[in-house]
Order: sequence, then structure tokens, then C-alpha cells
Amino acid sequence: MNSMMTSLNGSGTKDPSTRSVTGSTTAVGMGRGLALAAALLPSLALAEDAAVPDKGDTAWMMVSTLLVILMTVPGLALFYGGLVRTKNMLSVLTQVFSIFSLISILWVVYGYSLAFGDGGSFNWMIGDLSKLFLAGITPDSTAATFTDGVVIPELVFVAFQLTFGGITTALIVGGFAERIKFSALLVFSVLWFTLSYLPMAHMVWATGGLIFEDGGLDFAGGTVVHINAGVAALVGALVIGKRLGFGRDPMPPHNLPLTLVGASLLWVGWFGFNAGSNLEATGIAVLALLNTIVATAAAALAWMFAEWVLNKKPSMLGVVSGAIAGLVAVTPAAGLVGPMGAIVLGFIAGIACLWGVIGLKKSLGYDETLDVFGIHGIGGIVGAIGTGIFVDASLGGVGIDHSIATQVFIQTKGVLIAIAWSGVVSFVLFKLIDMTMGLRVKEEEEREGLDTVSHGERAYTNN
Amino acid sequence: MLLVCAIVRPFKLGDLQVAVAQLGVQGMTVIEVQGYGTEDGHDEHYRGQHLQVEFMPRVMVQIAVEASIAEPVMEAIANVSRTGKPGDGRIFVSRLDQAIRIRTGETGDAAA
Repeated sequence: MNSMMTSLNGSGTKDPSTRSVTGSTTAVGMGRGLALAAALLPSLALAEDAAVPDKGDTAWMMVSTLLVILMTVPGLALFYGGLVRTKNMLSVLTQVFSIFSLISILWVVYGYSLAFGDGGSFNWMIGDLSKLFLAGITPDSTAATFTDGVVIPELVFVAFQLTFGGITTALIVGGFAERIKFSALLVFSVLWFTLSYLPMAHMVWATGGLIFEDGGLDFAGGTVVHINAGVAALVGALVIGKRLGFGRDPMPPHNLPLTLVGASLLWVGWFGFNAGSNLEATGIAVLALLNTIVATAAAALAWMFAEWVLNKKPSMLGVVSGAIAGLVAVTPAAGLVGPMGAIVLGFIAGIACLWGVIGLKKSLGYDETLDVFGIHGIGGIVGAIGTGIFVDASLGGVGIDHSIATQVFIQTKGVLIAIAWSGVVSFVLFKLIDMTMGLRVKEEEEREGLDTVSHGERAYTNN
Repeated sequence: MLLVCAIVRPFKLGDLQVAVAQLGVQGMTVIEVQGYGTEDGHDEHYRGQHLQVEFMPRVMVQIAVEASIAEPVMEAIANVSRTGKPGDGRIFVSRLDQAIRIRTGETGDAAA
């Protein structure tokens, strides 16, 4: 039976035999867990057969898709690239760009089906292969949104979610930049995407998914994307080991202006990431957009002022890093909290992530090169738990029908599952790859730089 | 024929050029260098990375001169490059065995 899942507004299971005129309707739960809505709307008779996508919603989702692509290429690529040394610039750019390309293909072949399909007895964890190669999906196929009767083309949902899988997998490269073997990284990316990203996406966002059914709230992917990638990067950094000369040789960023360009593209693109996760162009999407501005600003300022106190000078890298921390934290909360809650959440994330990259990193001594865990991991955890607090109506959020404490408990469970799942899967994969093909380049290759050694190119010449 | 090698602060380069031109110097070569002497370095920080940077950017100016104007050129460079703070630089003078002006093939003092 084709996968037919309840829409999140909880209007009961859609009749599986109902089909729209031109294709099947796939309803997808997005993890909002608004049980109140579910109680209010038992089995409404919906004009589902005639549901046609609104052009505005479709256009918005297409734009959101573009924006998230921009976040990865070149946003993330430049953000990371500017932070590494000159001799490794091209390696980071190549890794991000090629991983995004790789995941794009895998997503449409089997990723979408496994992430959002119905996995039968395994549906708590993963979907099925009923939509392998996007079987059965036509330009007229529709996917449900959070509003009953409102649909978008299923293909745009496929495309939009594709970009999430791509950026999540690409994020991880930051953990072990400047020493990873390119071939090993590609192999890892395929396996990790399959064994960690797809199950996490399913568990949090698909009906029947473990965390979704538990009531976990993750509007745009704080757990699925950021905690998932952050933990993987940390595990990778620990398995692969520190860079040669780490802690001794100076390794300052080689091009902070490009890091700023990357961070700016990330911020702008993130509006697609967060507001697009609403799946339609409504007031909630606008709320997500506004939250994505103010949480980010609050976090950037928090980091800036905190660093000013700690280091006597506020750095540009600090301001943009703070902004990214805010973006990460508001990701699970974007369409669920109010702007004031978003500001507080951003502020907390700015401080927490500053601690993550300065305090935690220093005290544990690991070389997680580009602070993927420090910013995405910690920011994702802060955001996930903070969502459970600030979603409450008394704090300006959209409201939940149980206490903050209950929701925070639910959120915490989701966080722990993500950490455990990603941690274990990543560890096993890194170890296996290390034992078979080796994760790390040779010492003299690392000294020379990955650009020439792995890619046969120089980023900057004197021509 | 002598080679005057002056390591000075980059922002002094323009004044230096004017000063030696007045003594008849018609050309020079400039190399961007780093160095330190008695001045203090400074701190840089990049997220958790704290660096103590000692090497400061400077420029090294090389001018080939006839022995007769070597002293005046050194003095002129020193006077115009001095700020009085640590890090003003150094001037080294060494003997040049030979020089050739490539365009004309002139050698010796005519090539300075």
C-alpha cells in the first residue's frame, strides 16, 4: 500500500483509497505535534480529491529550495573555506560542492522514499522503498502541508527536502578539515547519509517516526540537521585525530572576508530553510522569517559582547559565528516561538556556543577544526530544548497543550536519541573506513596541503 | 658600489622614495617582509585559537648606489623613517661586486 500518512493537523488518517485526479496524495507529518489541533479536528471530510497546489505556495517553496541550495553552495563552502589555511582552501570547497551533488542524486534515488515513506513494522525508524527513483510521483502529485486541504506539488517537497540532506552531510566536513582523505570522505558521506540522516529525518518528521509520535518539536531541523551533523563531526575529529602541529603551529583563517561572505549567504539562505519548512506561504512562514532575523541578531550580539569582555576585542569571526549559532538554535523553533522568545533563545545560543568553541573545546582538547559541534551541535541542543520552553503560549509561542516541563522532557529525549544515533553510526562508519581505506592523508601530504595533494590545484597563484 | 638595504615601516615608503630621489637615486627594489626586533608583538584570536604574533609586516628597500652618496642616502632614509618607537627598522650596507644595467649593458657605477 502506498504510504498515506496523517497530516500534522491531526484530522485523522486520510482514506488510503482517495486519490486526486492526477496522482496520489502523500501527506507528511512534520513533527509539530500539536495534539490540541488533533483533538479538535477528528476525521473531517476534506475536499482532498480536488486539492490543487496554490501557485503562491508553490512559488514560495521553489524559492525556499533555491535559498537552501545557496546556503550550501557557496555559503557553507566559503564560510568553511575562509577559515582553513590557504593550502587547503580548494579541498574544503570541493568537499562541500561534491557532497551536495552526491546527496542530490542519492536523495531522489532512495533517500526521499526511505525518509518519508511508510516502513511498516520499521516505521518508527525508517520508511520504505515504495518511491524508489521517485516512482509514481508526477508533476501533478501533491504533498500535504500543515493546513488541511492545502497541498503543494510533491516534487517541490522532494526538492526542498533534498537540500536539507545535502547541507547536513556537507556540514560534517568541518570537523576534520585539512587532513581527511577525499575518497574516504565521499564513502563516509554516502553511508552516513543513508544510515544516520535518513533515519533521523524519518524519526523526527515522518508520521510514525519515533520522535514525531512522541511529540518532539523540530520545525526546520535542529535535531535532524544540526545535532546530527555536529555529533558526527565531533566523532570524526576524535577518530581521525588532531592536525599536525595543532596547538603549536599558528593556523589562523586565511581569508576571513570570504568567511563573512559565506556566513551572510547562510543567513539569507536560512530564510528558505526555516520559513520554507512551513511548506506554504502563510503567517507562520512569516513568523519563521522574522524569528530567523531576530534570533540571529541576538546571538551575534551576545557572542560579540561576551567576546569583548573575555578577549578585550570583539572579533569579526565572533560576530558571524554568533549569528550562525543563533540561526542553528532558532531552526527547531522558527515557526513555533514568538519573536521575543526567539531573541532570548538566540541570546542563550550565542553564549552557549561561544563556550562550546572556546571553553569546552579547550578543556577537552579536541581538534574539531571548524567547530561544527561547538556551533551546530551545541546550538542544536540549546534550540531543541529551548523550543520546548518558548513554544508555550505564555512565552509568546504558538502554544502546546501540556506543560513546559513535559515538552522539555520530550525534547530532551529527542536530543539524546539524536546524539546516540549519530554518535554510534558515525563512530562505526569512521572506524570501518579507517580500517579499510584509511581516513587520513599521509603526514607529508598534510604538511604540503590537500589542494595540491588531493586535487592537483592551487587556490591562489601569483599569476 | 654599495647595496643599501633598508627595512622600514610600510607607510614610510613614500617619504623614503622622495628623500632618496633628491639625492639622485633613480630606482629601487621593494620586497614585503616580516620581522621583529625590540618591539612587542601583538595578540590575535580566532574563536578559540589565541596567537602571539611577533613578526610584524615591514618593507625591505634595496638601492644600489655609488660609494660617494652611500652615507647621505643612509642618513636620509634613517631620518625620514624614524618614528622614535621600537620597530623603526634597520639599514644594512654591503659591497656590490658587480652590476649590469640590462637594457644598455653598462656595468659598474653606471649600473647603480
